[in-house]
Amino acid sequence: MATLREIRDRISSVKSTQQITKAMKMVAAAKLRKAQEHILAFRPYSFEMRNLIAHLSARSPDVSGIPLLERRPMQKVLTVVVTADRGLCGAFNHNIIRQAAQRVTELSTSEVSLYFAGRKGLEYFQHRDYTIQGRQINFFNHLKFADAVQLSDELATLYINKEFDRIEIIYNEFKSAIRQNVVVEQFLPFVPDEELLETKNRVDFIYEPDKETILNSLIPKHLHVQIWRILLESNAAEQGARMTAMESATDNADELIGHLTLYYNRSRQAAITKEISEIVGGAEALKED
Amino acid sequence: MVSDLTLEVVTPFGKAYSNEIISCTIPGEEGEFQILKGHAALISLVSIGPVKVQESDGKTVYMAVGSGYCEVKDNRVRVMVESAELAEQIDTERARKAKERAEKRLQEHKPDVDMDRARMALARALNRMKLTQLR
Repeated sequence: MATLREIRDRISSVKSTQQITKAMKMVAAAKLRKAQEHILAFRPYSFEMRNLIAHLSARSPDVSGIPLLERRPMQKVLTVVVTADRGLCGAFNHNIIRQAAQRVTELSTSEVSLYFAGRKGLEYFQHRDYTIQGRQINFFNHLKFADAVQLSDELATLYINKEFDRIEIIYNEFKSAIRQNVVVEQFLPFVPDEELLETKNRVDFIYEPDKETILNSLIPKHLHVQIWRILLESNAAEQGARMTAMESATDNADELIGHLTLYYNRSRQAAITKEISEIVGGAEALKED
Repeated sequence: MVSDLTLEVVTPFGKAYSNEIISCTIPGEEGEFQILKGHAALISLVSIGPVKVQESDGKTVYMAVGSGYCEVKDNRVRVMVESAELAEQIDTERARKAKERAEKRLQEHKPDVDMDRARMALARALNRMKLTQLR
């Protein structure tokens, strides 16, 4: 049986852990709110961009001159794995890692390489038998649009140079603060959103320069937007996951403290009882003399 | 004068500008153009440069924009660009530093430096610095 002192030390250690988890939860909540604001501010831009691309590609029947739209037989695939840079966010990273490993098995007929955005994915895969194409890590803490531009341009160059025939991205989609969804999304070749076409009424536009040139220069921009959206979503999902994980850790600590306190009081009482009976027993023994 | 022309400038970070205007001059890929009320439907690429806006109350404001595109339809001008700042919001110090950084990169000619990107960064910085003189 643990001594009273040991139990007391244990309680105070759990308490200080609880303070940490509580603080982390609060920080995650604040970061989540910020991440959500970013997503909201960004939505109109992304929406208009998607509309325009759909609009233009519907009006340009010949897209063979646009390398990012070119489809090739799927021989070499690049899978971009978006995880967090840090842990302590529940199953957030693990879900992605599991999905990525599964995806590599599914695509075993083609050559698969991995690209990592976020440190946790890299940490898992780098010591295992996988081909790693590249990485961009430790940037989620100060997420900037430039990060998205850099990543997206790097991927686009790989595709244009025909180093890969298909690029897909695995990331956590932000559903709500407590729910994330692992999504596998095709990034390249680029597929315009067909469903948006019906909503746009037909007006004759003047194009400056011509449609193909506009489309050609807009697709890379649209890819920046895609990556930026994915990074924002993943970031929000990470903060949400961390918030939930830290909340349940705080609750667990509460419960643990409750149990330990009960145990501590019981032991204390038992010790007192024992002491009393010892004194009484001693007194009785003296009386008989 | 009552104007029914509206201008919206949208960036990935939110709406940078939204107002009723009389006219605006936009740095198109093939040269500057001005839009007045009743302009035909148009889609154009926008390059790095200044946007000059004449607001309904007669005030003229300037904005530094990054590259993107603009759409004109039914007297609504929508400019979708990767960055946009009103002239008075421009951080001069930051623009100057960006300019120096880009110039240094262009001079060094290192193989791992993306020259296109450095040139773009320089163009953006110069555009911002030029606009700070207009405020």
